Amino acid sequence: MTGINLHGIWAIYRFEMARTLRTLWQSVATPVITTSLYFIVFGGAIGSKIDAIGDVNYGSFLVPGLIMLTLLTQSISNASIGIYFPKFTGTIFELLSAPISAIELVVGYVGAAATKSVVIGLIILITSAFFVDLRIDHPVAMIAFLVLTSVAFSMFGFIIGVWAKGFEQLSFVPALLITPLTFLGGAFYSIDMLPEPWRTVSLFNPVVYLVSGFRWSFFGAGDVSVGWSLGVTGFFLLLCLGLIVAIFRTGYRLKN
Amino acid sequence: MQSILSVSQVSKTYASGQKALEHVDLEIRRGEIFALLGPNGAGKTTLISIICGIVTPSSGTILVDGHNAIRHPREARSRIGLVPQELSVDMFETVAATMRFSRGLFGKAPDKAHTEQVLRDLSLWDKRDAKIMELSGGMKRRVLIAKALSHEPDILFLDEPTAGVDVSLRRDMWKLIGSLRARGVTIILTTHYIEEAEEMADRVGVINKGQLLLVEDKAALMKKLGKREMDLSLVEPLSEVPAGLEEWHLSLEDEGHRLRYVFDAQAERTGIPSLLRKLGELGIAFKDLDTSKSSLEDIFVDLVEKR
Ligand SMILES: Nc1ncnc2c1ncn2[C@@H]1O[C@H](COP(=O)(O)OP(=O)(O)OP(=O)(O)O)[C@@H](O)[C@H]1O
Ligand SMILES: [Mg+2]
Repeated sequence: MTGINLHGIWAIYRFEMARTLRTLWQSVATPVITTSLYFIVFGGAIGSKIDAIGDVNYGSFLVPGLIMLTLLTQSISNASIGIYFPKFTGTIFELLSAPISAIELVVGYVGAAATKSVVIGLIILITSAFFVDLRIDHPVAMIAFLVLTSVAFSMFGFIIGVWAKGFEQLSFVPALLITPLTFLGGAFYSIDMLPEPWRTVSLFNPVVYLVSGFRWSFFGAGDVSVGWSLGVTGFFLLLCLGLIVAIFRTGYRLKN
Repeated sequence: MQSILSVSQVSKTYASGQKALEHVDLEIRRGEIFALLGPNGAGKTTLISIICGIVTPSSGTILVDGHNAIRHPREARSRIGLVPQELSVDMFETVAATMRFSRGLFGKAPDKAHTEQVLRDLSLWDKRDAKIMELSGGMKRRVLIAKALSHEPDILFLDEPTAGVDVSLRRDMWKLIGSLRARGVTIILTTHYIEEAEEMADRVGVINKGQLLLVEDKAALMKKLGKREMDLSLVEPLSEVPAGLEEWHLSLEDEGHRLRYVFDAQAERTGIPSLLRKLGELGIAFKDLDTSKSSLEDIFVDLVEKR
């Protein structure tokens, strides 16, 4: 047997998608309900008191940020549980003993987690259309950002799943790192609205670039240039890929 | 003949500092059933895990059908099926789905006929659409075997296949292993029980404290180690072994209530008929007779002392 273990990748992808489908109701209902709440509270109640940002009214302005927030948390939690669970139940022995390379394994797990995130992102997009006027100036770029971000953060989640020694640690990073970074990353405001030095400080927050690029694909304008956004997303993607390769090279926390 | 599996100078020290294997050398012949015999913590699971790529060895090399298991894992691993000691299965999956998963993972396209054959052989066909969590422990173990066989391996590892399995299932398991061997599959199993090794294996390796103490043909080993004891429960207790019985080197146990004779089960003449005749002549009556094999423990003590 040479070449790529396509059957192996497909087996993992299918397995992970089946896991998602078993909990289809939670998988879809949770983001739809949460997003609707955001739109009602922030878009409707508070948003009516907030001026339009640029030429975009606040309700519409929220859409890319909300999708990004869900994308990051969902990607991380899906991918981390995907690889943590076999470690926890011991079924990982089969993955480790199979003729499947690290890259193939990651393609299967990360592919499935990212697929779920993209689908949820699209569901939120559709839900939001019921609440606000939507405008998507660059649909191709929008999809590209959606996919790249899902893949990058699914890889990040995979790393967390490998690193975690308990279920608490799985929620630790999303809660203590990702949620604050997203809230402070301009998901609900333009960082131009911040006073100095906070505006400059914000530029060190990678999530700012993700949200900004994504928002640019909707409204043609963001906090930073779209080139920077793409660069940061790509850099994060490669960083995670490098970490994963290192994990498998050394057997870190997967093998004794 | 080239061996199908060649382990040389494999050592393992876990991160905790626990030495689990020390310079293990082992050659497995194509098509044989090899039993790895050893007490708890001897290093059996560690050795199997290293061969299957689950644990990284501290040193040493492994060749699977000529392929280096560390440098060319894909070639080596695709030939191996593993049934682990622990019952680790995906509880939410169905039997058929988990088998399809395993086959895919090992790079093979689905094959309904083969899957059905394996499930039928393991009496799991009726349960193919059941969720694994709905199965009993013995069935779960069979699911693990089905998964290991799903990709038609040349070498099958069974880590304590009969632990927690009832007598009839144990018989079935032995039968299955026999039929796999007939199909040319090389089988390596671990066990605590010498009876199991005796029943099934062509060759036996004895491992203790991370060292492979010996590897031998079963017949030769059983001859060497096949000491048996015969205990006679006496009607009247004796204070000493009566004269005229010196030839058998008997001992008195249980405050004179039992007479013990240790003999070699493989010997042409066990000396039992003549002993019983002599006891009759001396008028020593007994109400019960019991024979037992020497325990694994005795064997280890024996082996360790001999070294
Ligand atoms: N993950 C681990 N980390 C540290 N030490 C370990 C680990 N796994 C096993 N050991 C130690 O290595 C030694 C060999 O263990 P192993 O599981 O290989 O024994 P075994 O022969 O399979 O025993 P059993 O018959 O109980 O299954 C033991 O002393 C055990 O405590
Ligand atoms: Mg063991």
